[in-house]
Amino acid sequence: MSLLQISEPGESPEPHQRRLAVGIDLGTTHSLVATVRSSSAEALPDGEGRVLLPSVVRYLPDGAVHVGDDAKARAGDDPANTIVSVKRFMGRGVADVAKFGALPYRFVDAPGMVGIETAAGLRSPVQVSAEILRTLRERAEQTLGGELFGAVVTVPAYFDDSQRQATKDAAKLAGLNVLRLLNEPTAAAIAYGLDNASQGTFAIFDLGGGTFDLSILKLTRGVFEVLSTSGDSALGGDDFDQAIAVHWRVHHGLADASGKDTRRLLVAARQVKEALSTQEEAGADVTLSWGQQMHLKLRRAEFEHITAALVQKTLGPTRKALRDAGLKPADVDGVVLVGGATRMPHLQRAVESYFGREPLKDLDPDQVVAIGAAIQANALAGNRSADDDWLLLDVTPLSLGLETMGGLVERVIPRNSTIPVARAQEFTTFKDGQSAMAIHVVQGERELVSDCRSLARFELRGIPPMVAGAARIAVTFQVDADGLLSVSAQEKTTGVLASVVVKPSYGLTDDEVARMLREGFDHAQADRDARLLAEQQVEAAAMLSALRAALAADGDLLSPAERESLEARAASLERAAQGTDPRAVKSAVEAVNRASESFAARRMDRTIARALAGRHIGEVPTS
Amino acid sequence: MNPEFTRNHFELFGLPVAFALELEALERAYLDLQSRVHPDRFASAGESERRVAMQWATRANEAYRTLRNPLDRARYLLGLKGFDTGEESNTSMPADFLMQQMEWREAVEAGRAGDDPAALEAVRGELAAARREMQALLARALGGDRNYEAGCSLVRKLRFLDRLEEEIDDALEAASEGRP
Repeated sequence: MSLLQISEPGESPEPHQRRLAVGIDLGTTHSLVATVRSSSAEALPDGEGRVLLPSVVRYLPDGAVHVGDDAKARAGDDPANTIVSVKRFMGRGVADVAKFGALPYRFVDAPGMVGIETAAGLRSPVQVSAEILRTLRERAEQTLGGELFGAVVTVPAYFDDSQRQATKDAAKLAGLNVLRLLNEPTAAAIAYGLDNASQGTFAIFDLGGGTFDLSILKLTRGVFEVLSTSGDSALGGDDFDQAIAVHWRVHHGLADASGKDTRRLLVAARQVKEALSTQEEAGADVTLSWGQQMHLKLRRAEFEHITAALVQKTLGPTRKALRDAGLKPADVDGVVLVGGATRMPHLQRAVESYFGREPLKDLDPDQVVAIGAAIQANALAGNRSADDDWLLLDVTPLSLGLETMGGLVERVIPRNSTIPVARAQEFTTFKDGQSAMAIHVVQGERELVSDCRSLARFELRGIPPMVAGAARIAVTFQVDADGLLSVSAQEKTTGVLASVVVKPSYGLTDDEVARMLREGFDHAQADRDARLLAEQQVEAAAMLSALRAALAADGDLLSPAERESLEARAASLERAAQGTDPRAVKSAVEAVNRASESFAARRMDRTIARALAGRHIGEVPTS
Repeated sequence: MNPEFTRNHFELFGLPVAFALELEALERAYLDLQSRVHPDRFASAGESERRVAMQWATRANEAYRTLRNPLDRARYLLGLKGFDTGEESNTSMPADFLMQQMEWREAVEAGRAGDDPAALEAVRGELAAARREMQALLARALGGDRNYEAGCSLVRKLRFLDRLEEEIDDALEAASEGRP
């Protein structure tokens, strides 16, 4: 069923195991997919040679879905069913999207995240994004001639937990195995740093269609260490289009223009904005819904005047990121511009004047993020060669905390903590005999809960009766390498384990993702089962090969009985993988997992012990 | 299944258990450890290996964060020696420090009320000088003097400086964003 993969010579230590992995930049305006082939990363074009896929999804009454240029071409005629810039709605509620100004959609107040009523029914931003990701997955699989092992999907560094979770859900829904969520500026730094063998401190200034990120990274040989990150997840090129559209509405008496006209004005505004990057004056023809034809014009000086406040808005996060990194503008060795919106001359001037140096823009600002993601995907899939050895250390962009008495936030994990990170905080009961405790998890920098984003609420129940202040409730926050949070709580004095792990409330539950997958119209039952089996078989093969390598290297860490039991489970996994029941393969994989837990821990201990032994020779100063 | 915690943070990086520490050696050891245990190294490995990797990388980050910051390092070292710095419970301070504390607070309040970033920066500068002085004393108390009681008292003072500096930063940030 699955095709044999043939790797190119000299690329991988074990050529027969080379895995197809891609990087996907899921952008506000457009999205693209890239991969590493012949040891260099390249963006993959569609059948007509186009690399950029407009992030536009159109739903038709007959259930058909158009993604990309076809959808974009009809945005002006069918604005309510043609979703543009859906990234801005990911993980956001109705109140959040109201801030984006006039938009031609029928928003529905769904729990946690807005829904959009379309000709094909109610769609969540997660489903809309999944259509874009699925299109790119299919493009990659057709071009590369096989099923993907996995993908690295990029997110704005300043995305909060709900936006990250929504992105990961969308990728799962699109049938992708997410190797990692990667921050966009960090991806750009990888592409840039590995390309130029750069060293020093770099600021990545990333203004995309809907989001702004500013990350400060230290690049030393082989290590990309993010020192700090800041930004605005609701500021981007779209806001510049809106500013132009508002300007025209005011000056041409178009205040009452309808949804169709809103989209047409925005399309014209974008054309004019892009033209103004190279021209002093630009214009666009617009046909309004009542048949009137207009030629709307703008001079560059006017444009710069009406968007000066937006440019200024990027400097606040820039200052904050530098301060968090303990640096001044002059300490930065290079400023890299990423994102199509950084093509605007007045923005480039503002960045240059703030840092006192000319920004670097030698890599295509539209492609650099996907290229960096492809390089990381290649490494995470296990395809890296011996000389391709580098490490990425990223941070969490926003502080994470808990609500305490009086609606105040108790910070548990401060912003810019290197991930993965775990931190526990102890709390106690307020009343005698209190048996439950409400835990409210929030994200943000402000002191009041009401000024931060609410991530999750849950209750710890079953606290044994005690006097007030005697219970010791440890609440543990863990942020994983994708920047995703899980929280657990436990009462410690009595040894009673009352513990719960939450997924943030806006995120989809695994059941919901499963249901959406079932509903996917392009997944007939037989197809789905075959795909499921193929996925499990790939997983089984990967696990067996990893286990064999581990046993060969560190088999002496196991007693003969332990080894025998592990090998027996591996053998039954091998048998299950030759069958046709995906569930049997899955449970055999899980059995091997459980059986190898303590082996994995012991192997890591040995790795650490060896590292320490190596360092003791000459490197450690004696005092 | 937790990574074994028998090694303390210093031992984890192969460093002597002491307040005096060469930051470059710490960074080198940290990066060396991370490059072996980071989840990115195990992204295509089995679930149990990925989990162990995440626990170890978390542990390495925590140890590095603690040792890199002099105040956290002092507090941690005092804990290893059996001393509790008592920052939440013990709020007593010498009279001269209390006076100094009040002066700084008033200066910060004045700077905030007058929306005067320059005044706030000036207090920040004073705090930085005081911090350098106290850190030198701390190094002596925890080094040659082995005076851990004095070390605890210095940690409490430094903690106060940290908090005040955070307030100044918040006020500066609020000023630059134009909110009260």
